[in-house]
Amino acid sequence: MTSPDLNLPPHHRPASLLSSRRIGAMILRYSYVLRSSWPRILELAYWPTIQMVLWGFMTLYLLQNSSILAQATGVLITGVLLWDVLFRSNLGVAIPYMEEMYSRNLGQLFVTPMRPFEFCVSLMAISGIRTILAVLPASLLALPFFDVWVFETGLPLMAFFINLLMSGWALGLVIVGLLLRYGLGAESFAWLGVFLLAPISCVWFPLDILPGWLQIVALSLPMVYVFEGMRGVLFDGIFHWDLLFWAVGLNIFYIGLGALYLMAMFHKAREMGLLLQQGE
Amino acid sequence: MNNPTPVDLPAAIDARGLRKQFGDEIAVDGLNFQVRPGETVGLLGGNGAGKTTTISMILGLLLPTTGSVSVFGADMATQRYQVLPRINFSSPYVDLPKRLTVRQNLTVYARLYGLVDVKDRIAALTDDLDMGPFIDRKTGTLSSGQYTRVMLAKSLLNDPALLLLDEPTASLDPDTADWVRGYLEAYRDRTGAAILLASHNMVEVERLCSSVLMMRSGTIQDRGKPQDLVSRYGRQNLEEVFLDIARHKDLPEGDRTS
Repeated sequence: MTSPDLNLPPHHRPASLLSSRRIGAMILRYSYVLRSSWPRILELAYWPTIQMVLWGFMTLYLLQNSSILAQATGVLITGVLLWDVLFRSNLGVAIPYMEEMYSRNLGQLFVTPMRPFEFCVSLMAISGIRTILAVLPASLLALPFFDVWVFETGLPLMAFFINLLMSGWALGLVIVGLLLRYGLGAESFAWLGVFLLAPISCVWFPLDILPGWLQIVALSLPMVYVFEGMRGVLFDGIFHWDLLFWAVGLNIFYIGLGALYLMAMFHKAREMGLLLQQGE
Repeated sequence: MNNPTPVDLPAAIDARGLRKQFGDEIAVDGLNFQVRPGETVGLLGGNGAGKTTTISMILGLLLPTTGSVSVFGADMATQRYQVLPRINFSSPYVDLPKRLTVRQNLTVYARLYGLVDVKDRIAALTDDLDMGPFIDRKTGTLSSGQYTRVMLAKSLLNDPALLLLDEPTASLDPDTADWVRGYLEAYRDRTGAAILLASHNMVEVERLCSSVLMMRSGTIQDRGKPQDLVSRYGRQNLEEVFLDIARHKDLPEGDRTS
């Protein structure tokens, strides 16, 4: 009788702890989904663009009455676009995961050599791509509509973008953990969870508007440092490095926490037999 | 270098005291069995007997409450990534993404399994499983027979040394089902892979399996070669033995081998 060769055959790469090939495979999988449907790409850009237009007209109206806004005409539009970076980044992690649930593919994915950590990295990478696709058209359209060139802010804008992307990843990882544990019953957290943080993220108003005790809570959120930093650049032309360092530090902390939570829920799902049952 | 003989190799599956409890419900209770390389073992039982729970624990998708299961010597609760590159499975409880074409799906899985010559491997399987006419069609548009062949291709992408198949021919016409069985037999004989087959089709089990495990209520009620079981129960075929066990018409304790 023939005996099986337990060594990896020549057309295999050896298993590793973190494989760029496996992460690349998952990014390829999600890019296939995006490429297969133009309405999906249109849908990504639709809401940020509508938001930008609505808030842009609101800005034009307020400019007639507000001396604060007159100091920095782009502040509301930039705030709206940056808020959408956070929202899209969070969705960019959760939606690809939900697509695996809808297509009943999780059971197959988790018996490949792909590790949960690699899965997290691929979700974050595809989230970055989806966020750029979502926000870029609206950012460009702000110029013809309102004469606001958001890229004028330059490198600080890139720093804000990356930090909000990271905040969205952290939140997205927690939501994927919830989806792993509670299935599609937790789907609404993916769509609405980020709005729970909106009032204390200080997107459209400064931190000192909040009552004192709430300011302490708000200061635990990296987004607050980003939006305070944005106002510093737009109103005073000053980039506050200290705010950036706080934002980066908190983001790294929360991404670590999100990944740990996801791993814990993955373990729980293995205990409860949820990985083969996830679907509609 | 010669491959080790099947007897030298660790068991493809070694389940010891395997038990899974969900709350008050015991899904699987104290399973002990081995599957040797090159062997095809049937896992039989009615709905809710514990077959899928057992397969999930073998794959490491589900953690046992007590007991252990190892695959080629690796404990699937803690060391599964050592052997996952050499395992694959197919189950009616999972699907492939329907919006992706067959080629795209196979490409993603080939990369996840770490294959280097992805195009060549997919081309070989396309040829082997006669998937040429639909390799670039969306997976969601395939017929049952075509889809089964795609699932089989996905299961064989990494040349698995252990293949777990849950109802591999369910809902297939007899001709296609027969073709799939023939293909699996040839694959096992060519590679020496071990196969654990959960099926309700007794003809399939009698043809493919060298031994069967008869499950009921999470326990192995009986086990043995299909023909031995048929003789011991004094029946015409394995289906009648299955019905006896499912309907609680057990052999006396002394005649059982579980």
